Amino acid sequence: MNGARVEFRGLRRRFGSTVALDGLDLTVEPGELIALLGPSGCGKTTALRCLAGFEQPDEGEVLVDGADITRVPANRRDAGMVFQSYSLFPNLNARDNVGFGMRVRKVPAARRHARAQELLELVGLPSVGDRYPHQLSGGQQQRVALARALALEPRVLLLDEPLSALDAKVRVTLREEIRRLQLSLGITTIFVTHDQEEALSMADRVAVLRDGRLEQVADPATLYDRPATPFVAEFVGAMNHLPGLVSGDGVTVLGQTLPVEGRAPGTARADVLVRPEAVLVTPVDASGAEGDGIVMVSSFRGSTARLRVRLSDGTEVLADVPGHDSARFAPGTAVRVGLVDRPVLVSARSETGAAAAVPEPDVV
Amino acid sequence: MRDSRTRSKSRWAAVPLLVFVVIVFGVPMLVLLGGTFTKEGTLSTANLTESLQGAYLTALLGSVKISALVAVLGGVLGTFLAQAVVTSRSRTLREAVLTASGVLANFGGVPLAFAWIATLGNAGVVTTTLGLGGHGWSLYNFWGLTLVYLYFSIPLQVLTVVPALDGLRPQWREAAQNNGASTWQFWRYVGIPVLTPALLGGVVLLFGGAFSAYATAQAMVGSTVPLVTLKIADALTGNVLIGHENVALALSLDMIVVAGLVMAVYLPLQRRSARWLR
Repeated sequence: MNGARVEFRGLRRRFGSTVALDGLDLTVEPGELIALLGPSGCGKTTALRCLAGFEQPDEGEVLVDGADITRVPANRRDAGMVFQSYSLFPNLNARDNVGFGMRVRKVPAARRHARAQELLELVGLPSVGDRYPHQLSGGQQQRVALARALALEPRVLLLDEPLSALDAKVRVTLREEIRRLQLSLGITTIFVTHDQEEALSMADRVAVLRDGRLEQVADPATLYDRPATPFVAEFVGAMNHLPGLVSGDGVTVLGQTLPVEGRAPGTARADVLVRPEAVLVTPVDASGAEGDGIVMVSSFRGSTARLRVRLSDGTEVLADVPGHDSARFAPGTAVRVGLVDRPVLVSARSETGAAAAVPEPDVV
Repeated sequence: MRDSRTRSKSRWAAVPLLVFVVIVFGVPMLVLLGGTFTKEGTLSTANLTESLQGAYLTALLGSVKISALVAVLGGVLGTFLAQAVVTSRSRTLREAVLTASGVLANFGGVPLAFAWIATLGNAGVVTTTLGLGGHGWSLYNFWGLTLVYLYFSIPLQVLTVVPALDGLRPQWREAAQNNGASTWQFWRYVGIPVLTPALLGGVVLLFGGAFSAYATAQAMVGSTVPLVTLKIADALTGNVLIGHENVALALSLDMIVVAGLVMAVYLPLQRRSARWLR
């Protein structure tokens, strides 16, 4: 299979008074896996459905390898799609589900069955061909759906939150398998998800959407380390909002002056956005020296533990410490708090000057 | 220990239902079987044999014929109406049709017959207004009775089929399109096969409704149209021949066998449909 280049150009789509897509421009390179990430209603599924042909944009174009397919009927587009769930035909067994597209194209039964079996083996289900959807687990059903989507050797694979209905363990296994398959087949893949962990772990690039517009498209590391906007910073990963004072090219926060990533806001008072892993905490030793704050909550997460620390001015800060060190940071422990010396993202502070709420330690 | 005590209590709770079933179903069944296989005080299959001959057989076949016709016509028309309601996406239309169907599907017996007689009988409002009598119109024959039976059968099919049509997931249609299928191919390979058990289940219900109908036919056509339910009434009341009460019981047994065969087709289909549309 060869991947195709996919372009969304100025795509707009309205549903009544709701604007689902508001001029989306995005290019997906051949063989690339791009994740469309964003909160509910941001337009990611609408964009995918416009590419699949299930929605017609009000304005704009969808191009595949330079050809405008905006008005091409859904059944004539060279794109395989895996839906959220329950999309297998209930009256057909797994083999016939996979072979459905070939049946429609009148491929002889023997060839169809052989190809369907090949695909079932490819997705790790060599022995379920005779089973009906209701006899398969959720994970197996999605694998069969993936095999069905690949059966016609499409040049674009569309995944519409295919893992959202599965339990956590199956989700992790299946996402790794999807990625392995995608890389081995070299198929251009667009993956819609609202799960940032899924997006960051699978995609070559992640496109963050908000209110039908593209906020940022970048590789996962860039998106995480250098978010282009406060929305992206907030949406991808956990983030502290700390009060800071801008002066020259730097910002003073928690008593340290750090360089500013990108452009500093015009105001003196600012929100400094800092990841929990960029916050350094050390327990105050037994000498009785006063700390900067007190550990309120400690959530053990295996390799790390996430602390919620309340500073003396009432500001709450999330900080990550190594998991094996978590015993030193029991709730009530006095700690010193500092920041890793690297550029930080700064946004204009709200009128009230209040720090934005920090998410709970166990909610990332 | 507690589990077995709870189970025991549950069993006792079912006793009133069992008593009810024995009284209204078990006892009449025994009487029916006893009467069917008794002729002049001795064990015999003569009543059963007689119920399958002559006028009785004609009536049995007449009932099967009108029931099959009503089931097929009602099934097809009801399905089209249900599909129109489901695809219209109009909540008001849907609620109006479903409410009306709920009422009309239960409109039967003598009131239904008189409603039709008053409307399309020989002196009915529509018949006289449009002068239908002059064109050979009569409600009191096989086709008139079929029309009246359809009046409650079509709404019954709508009520049966709408949930099945609702159960057709939009993802199936989209997945079919995504695999290159046209609308017709979707219906051929997925839609119709998935719906078939529910559609046939509805048709079977319509058959049963028409097969067991008595009061409407009695009020409308009397003995003009041979029907097994009318024959049973005649035999029980000695309307034509006296001493044929046990033949009436044998005819009832024939009906039970026909209904049993119909249910034997319906239940597995219904189970399969429920599994697919879950």
